[in-house]
Amino acid sequence: MQITSPGFKENARTALDDAPLQRALGNVRKGFIEKRAKAAAALPEFDVLRDNARDIKDHVLAHLDLYLEAYAEKVEAAGGHVHWAETAEDARRIILEICRDKSARTVTKGKSMITEEIGLNDFLEEHAVAPVETDLGEYIIQLRGEHPSHIIAPAVHVNKDQVEADFRRVHTHLDPARNLEEPTTLLSEARGVLREKYFEADIGITGANFLIAETGTSVIVTNEGNGDLTQNLPKTHVVVASIEKIVPTLDDVSQILRVLARSATGQDMSVYTTFSTGPKRDIDPDGPEDYHVVLLDNGRSAMLGSEFQDMLRCIRCGACMNHCPVYHAVGGHAYGWVYPGPMGAVLTPSLMGVDKSGHLPNASTFCGRCESVCPMRIPLPKMMRHWREREFSRNLTPATARYGLGAWAFFAKRPALYQAATRVAMAVLGRLGRSKGRFSAMPLAGGWTKYRDLPAPEGETFQAQWAKRRKAA
Amino acid sequence: MTSSAPQDPPLADVQGGGAPGRPKVGLFVTCLVDLFRPSVGFAAVKLMEDAGCTVEVPAAQTCCGQPAFNSGDRDDTRAIAASVIRAFEGYDYVVAPSGSCAGMLKKHYVELFEDDPAMKQRAEAFSARVFELVSFLTDVLGVSSVDARFEGTATYHDSCSGLRELGIQSQPRKLLATVDGLELSEMRDSDVCCGFGGTFCVKYPDISNKIVGEKTRTIAETGADVLLAGDLGCLMNMAGKLKREGTAIEVRHVAEVLAGMTDQPAIGGGRR
Repeated sequence: MQITSPGFKENARTALDDAPLQRALGNVRKGFIEKRAKAAAALPEFDVLRDNARDIKDHVLAHLDLYLEAYAEKVEAAGGHVHWAETAEDARRIILEICRDKSARTVTKGKSMITEEIGLNDFLEEHAVAPVETDLGEYIIQLRGEHPSHIIAPAVHVNKDQVEADFRRVHTHLDPARNLEEPTTLLSEARGVLREKYFEADIGITGANFLIAETGTSVIVTNEGNGDLTQNLPKTHVVVASIEKIVPTLDDVSQILRVLARSATGQDMSVYTTFSTGPKRDIDPDGPEDYHVVLLDNGRSAMLGSEFQDMLRCIRCGACMNHCPVYHAVGGHAYGWVYPGPMGAVLTPSLMGVDKSGHLPNASTFCGRCESVCPMRIPLPKMMRHWREREFSRNLTPATARYGLGAWAFFAKRPALYQAATRVAMAVLGRLGRSKGRFSAMPLAGGWTKYRDLPAPEGETFQAQWAKRRKAA
Repeated sequence: MTSSAPQDPPLADVQGGGAPGRPKVGLFVTCLVDLFRPSVGFAAVKLMEDAGCTVEVPAAQTCCGQPAFNSGDRDDTRAIAASVIRAFEGYDYVVAPSGSCAGMLKKHYVELFEDDPAMKQRAEAFSARVFELVSFLTDVLGVSSVDARFEGTATYHDSCSGLRELGIQSQPRKLLATVDGLELSEMRDSDVCCGFGGTFCVKYPDISNKIVGEKTRTIAETGADVLLAGDLGCLMNMAGKLKREGTAIEVRHVAEVLAGMTDQPAIGGGRR
């Protein structure tokens, strides 16, 4: 997809003025947070599991080459095929080749952020293959011609009345007088429409929450069961996953699963946790005849060994954005690419370049709430700061900020000069603001005074008063 | 002010040259308190002196370096950090009336000197002695009540750095509960950011405004007469928004109330 992160500020302004979006974002602020807190509190070992989860992924990342090879061998041994894709373009080409090989005209898709990352849907459509999203949220935004605004709740920016209008617009074969008031009615309608698609599909494409090295298994977690139908009904199942999804063993997956759903939706477990190992065997009653895994790098191996390696622990639960005041304010689309919120603020510069996405790691108050809820204990604010350091050292920081900072640092490093200068400045400001106690406008402080008054200083600085007090004593 | 048995680290172990049982504290004033609201500094001095400390204020201090640190300017941050560390060597404790600045001193200085083992060691020794004011009173000095009076209903905002970097949540509430006449009315989501974020609030004013607007809404819902917090940056942001909205809610640093020093106009308030 086209990256609009350079226009983050304009995107944000638009989002803030978008009344239906603001209404929808209210749901993020409430539901997710309360549910996660409840789930975490109900599990005494939750924090220990977070430590374990972090350690498991750290271990994998330290030996990623070995685990990837071991995983690939197991997939092949189970009769599957492994494809290595260095770039998004490689991944698209590989998937299209599989589609052509199978003469596929329709593919059903389980929810997958990686296929968003590689822009698969548009690409398939350009090549006469029709992708059908089967996750309800993904289906809704596909109908709307949009991209996900949240990594686990792709249509969280859409209100129910908007979904109703979309369904009436697209599902023209149904009775126009039907009642779609209740959310469950909308759900049934989508289910009915999608049910047909599963049988038409030549290929089912899913992502993977985990890839298990010891068994060559891919794992998906869903709440609608659409993933199972997507990967079991068509004759071919294609898994598209990035290389850091590897975990060593089934035991390891079990530990991380215990923090995943709790952090994401506050469920103990997602409704469906599905393990797939290779194509259908002779003894299996059903399943795909052909099983492919496309392993995507797309910039991740360059993060290994860098200050951004910890980001590769991410299991895409969405807790960071659910708890982010900036995400709550502007929603996911404002971030301008596939991954929004704090995890996107770290990952997008890694994958797309900080020159294109420099706003994202800057648009954070560093409130630290993301890190405090991250099940993988990823130090998100710290890594956003690392991106700011890269920008600063590459001279990408905006000139006004740079000069302002330079002038401030000049004084901050020279206490005597600083105190002499601030003593005069505060005396003047204190006098000017004395009666009202605040300023409603101030030269060079428009960023502040556009929306807020600036409290006036009391007048004499603390240091000046303290020096007098010492002298008097 | 009453004290119970002090906790970690025990006062007997301090070695800053203070009189026995009288720890010597270096006050890190913070730039915002120094420039905008000196009365918070004097409230801090009073609270610590009442609790039996000798308080000094090294002249060679300006700012903790956060504006540079969070703008990616590590060289200037390092220079500022080194001068802060030098200025505060020789004190048993370094105390700041701000969770954000104390968090910077305590949690981030060490990482600045990864390539300089000698300086890193000094940074570690320094960081171990740094505390935020209110938690210093309760957790180190064992203060369990204050001798102060404030008529009115207060609501308390948990500033992010203090809350999440230093674990400050129960301490101010514990002491506020002992202020005569003060009633605490908790706001919804008191642990959610006010939208200040240092330079964030001027770099992204539209977003910052949205966040602080949510905050002032939850503040107003409490019906409180006064908003308290432990960080002047957040307080100025919230005070500025409340004033712009025309509400009558006063805004003060928690130290002013705990010290019983509330004669001066509230933040953003004029002379009466």
